[in-house]
Amino acid sequence: MAFRTPRQNAQGMGSAGYGTGHWWMQRITSIALIPLTLLFVFPFGQALGESHAAVLALYSSPWHALVAVLFIGVTAHHLMSGLQVVIEDYVHSKGWRTGMLLANTMICVALGAAGIFSVLRIAFSA
Amino acid sequence: MADVNRGDRPLSPHLLIYRPQITSMLSIVHRVTGVGLFVGFVLGVWWFFAAAAGPEYFELVDWIVTSWIGNLVMLGCCWALWYHFCNGIRHLFWDAGYGFELETVTKTGYAVLIASGVLTVLTVIVMLASGGSDEAAANGTAAEPAVRTASVASTPTGADI
Repeated sequence: MAFRTPRQNAQGMGSAGYGTGHWWMQRITSIALIPLTLLFVFPFGQALGESHAAVLALYSSPWHALVAVLFIGVTAHHLMSGLQVVIEDYVHSKGWRTGMLLANTMICVALGAAGIFSVLRIAFSA
Repeated sequence: MADVNRGDRPLSPHLLIYRPQITSMLSIVHRVTGVGLFVGFVLGVWWFFAAAAGPEYFELVDWIVTSWIGNLVMLGCCWALWYHFCNGIRHLFWDAGYGFELETVTKTGYAVLIASGVLTVLTVIVMLASGGSDEAAANGTAAEPAVRTASVASTPTGADI
């Protein structure tokens, strides 16, 4: 038995079928990425091109590992929602669109998981 | 139907008919850098994965990422990241309802271009400075104790610690 009125089911959902959640998550991840980018980029840039031992030494520090994990996780989400909008804007064929949106979700989640797993492995094995 | 006027109606202006303006160009570049940064993210995650996998695999990936073409891609990604960062902040101000006046939009647009260039140069300087640290490491160990004793001597409470 449906307890919700039809109006309640429609309210705040918009024509896309869901609410402002996607837009709002983009803003939240944007704001989070301002400090995270500033904290992540410079140590990462310094580690790039260094020896394997130097890289392990840097990311075995809990501080740098935590910053890297947060940066990679939030970036993966931000990248996924951004690419989703681009695909929705430019890919009009239903089949291609669904396929690319699926691929986008899977690739971005996989990249985020791979990045976080790698940093944690470095951090915990040192 | 009653569509007698077909072909003679005014068309909605197409994107290509507009004269390029700083506002539209920066907006397009924001999207292009966002999509382009996918490449940078893939390379970065691959590099972390290789570092976690072991020294042999790391050597291969590090060689690719820091080859001349890898460096070029990373430099492009560096600028793209700072551009997207600065213009993203501009967008957040718009979302909050500020900075919509045409004059302000133009000014902040040029500010984004300058700031992203400055941040890119700064990042490259920081990277190059650390690149020299390998050779400077030997001298650094000699210099460090001297600095440390100097700071202890200048602090009266140094003896208590």
